[in-house]
Amino acid sequence: MSGTTQHAELALYDYSPYERRPKIEWPNGARLAFWVAPNIEFYELDPPLNPHRKPWPHPYPPVPGYSIRDYGNRVGHHRQMAVLDKYGVRGSISLSAALCEHHPEIIALCAERNWEFFSHGIYNTRYTYGLNEDQEREMIEDAMVTIERAVGQRPAGYLAPALSHSNHTIDLFAEAGGLYTCDLFHDDQPTWVKTRSGKPFVSIPYSLELNDTIAYVVQKMEPRRYGEIIRRAFDQLYEEGAESGTVMCIPTHNYQVSCPHRLRAFEEALEYITGHSDVWVTTGREIAEYSLTHLKDQIGGHSEALA
Amino acid sequence: MSDELLVYSRRDYGMDHDRYEWSMLQDRPPIAWPDGKPLALWINLSLQHFPLSGDKPRVAPPGALTMPYPDLRHYTLRDYGNRVGIYRLLKLMEQYQASPSLAISGALAERYPQLLERLAKTPFEWLGHGWNMLSMHAGEIDLQIEAEWIHNTRVALEAFTDQPIGGWLSPGRIQSTHTPELLVKNGFRYHCDWVNDELPYIFRTGEGDMTCLPSSLELDDVFVLTQNLHSEDSFAQQVMDAADLLIKEGREHGGRLLSLNFHPWLVGQPHRIRTVREILQALLVERGDAIWHTSPSHIIEAAQA
Repeated sequence: MSGTTQHAELALYDYSPYERRPKIEWPNGARLAFWVAPNIEFYELDPPLNPHRKPWPHPYPPVPGYSIRDYGNRVGHHRQMAVLDKYGVRGSISLSAALCEHHPEIIALCAERNWEFFSHGIYNTRYTYGLNEDQEREMIEDAMVTIERAVGQRPAGYLAPALSHSNHTIDLFAEAGGLYTCDLFHDDQPTWVKTRSGKPFVSIPYSLELNDTIAYVVQKMEPRRYGEIIRRAFDQLYEEGAESGTVMCIPTHNYQVSCPHRLRAFEEALEYITGHSDVWVTTGREIAEYSLTHLKDQIGGHSEALA
Repeated sequence: MSDELLVYSRRDYGMDHDRYEWSMLQDRPPIAWPDGKPLALWINLSLQHFPLSGDKPRVAPPGALTMPYPDLRHYTLRDYGNRVGIYRLLKLMEQYQASPSLAISGALAERYPQLLERLAKTPFEWLGHGWNMLSMHAGEIDLQIEAEWIHNTRVALEAFTDQPIGGWLSPGRIQSTHTPELLVKNGFRYHCDWVNDELPYIFRTGEGDMTCLPSSLELDDVFVLTQNLHSEDSFAQQVMDAADLLIKEGREHGGRLLSLNFHPWLVGQPHRIRTVREILQALLVERGDAIWHTSPSHIIEAAQA
């Protein structure tokens, strides 16, 4: 961290116990808002060295890490897209903006399906760490403009690149016109986020626990077990959603979930979830817009700017 | 913090390096394997020598010795593969009339000529697999030393076989900046180190083009069983799920490839060999109608026809 960084407790949202909350009602009486967030990322072979975080465990050229991520774009993308098409799921893409320039073919395939594109920084090898506020604003704006130029719509959501943050990240993204963040894992329902501009801004549950890379690389799960934990999470959230609407997200990566020995487990989980009647199969943006428009009180909304 | 972190030197169409062209599998002309089979199967057996002593490389390969010298436990467990495990595997492969390739540490030719003579009696294709499992082609290794490793491996293996050795699998599937050029200079036509695809593709080097035939890490026995700690049954299940998906894709979109890599020191153990048998049974017998099982050179030839 730079010398000017102040360390403070998190003040982005108010505490709110999960019992006795105001009821959240989703469109058409759905119990659960379900979204899938494919991370479509570009990792650079030789990024400039950020002193706060090494991009690769191996010396240059980092063949193992780089090549499997490239596999996701070359091979995996089509595979996951076909499965999402089959179950009527529009992806909400967590996008490395530079991929618009490197691989426009992927962007075109997603755009013609009316998928959502949200910002995941420029590259997943460029971190927020060490950037001053102006530099971070420039990086966030660069990603917004790059994606808007490619797909015609300014992104509404942000997942900071490689989950790297500063104290200003969420404030800056709200000021850049964003509506929601995927960086906070504190809840299974949307939460109003207090930013310094006081603009309406919401945290939409994204899940690290159901994230395929966490499951496969960190938890080292067998593929069938990954499918099983997704179904268990769904059962619980669907049951609770009868009382007050919940959100479930499956974040994916084409170099993990789309491998031929893993796709079946994911497909079976999608078949199970979309086979239930009271599921709103949607996107991050639609959940955010609905929450900010119709659920402001239920999610703890404030309108006053913070001092 | 310097503005260098916001400078993007290769932010443009395609890859951010010059080793190969950007291309999506699904967009390429369909490949037709012989007899209209939807799936080609490449099985590789990696025969490895892990030295008891020597300088620790910059990057440790999977299976590296970890204890203070003399690390007898890991040394002998790896040596088990060359004494016992490989013979169990050869027996199974011969029973199933399989055509695995053999990726061999050059040092084994010096140490165990009896083993190399036995391997030379098989019809199986050989690949160079580095000099030994400390000769890691990673980072800023000395160019001359790396050139000797590659040259010596070729010479050592060719002393035992008349077949030309065209393929190379680096220990740990890692390369230095010079590895591809050195491989071409030493007569290698393909390497298997970049795991970014499921089919062979053209890989550029300063000494002319070669082929990359990706050897899947995600279904490698050491990765699944010792790094992910999955059960033997799950390993077999994953291989079958992969085969079924690729057979289906192969029928719809053109030939696909399943690559498997087995280590005699790991799956040659008595409690694991059964899993290899189950995999061979599932692929070569139960799915035999859909699978073209052959050597890596034949796969490359058919893919590039």
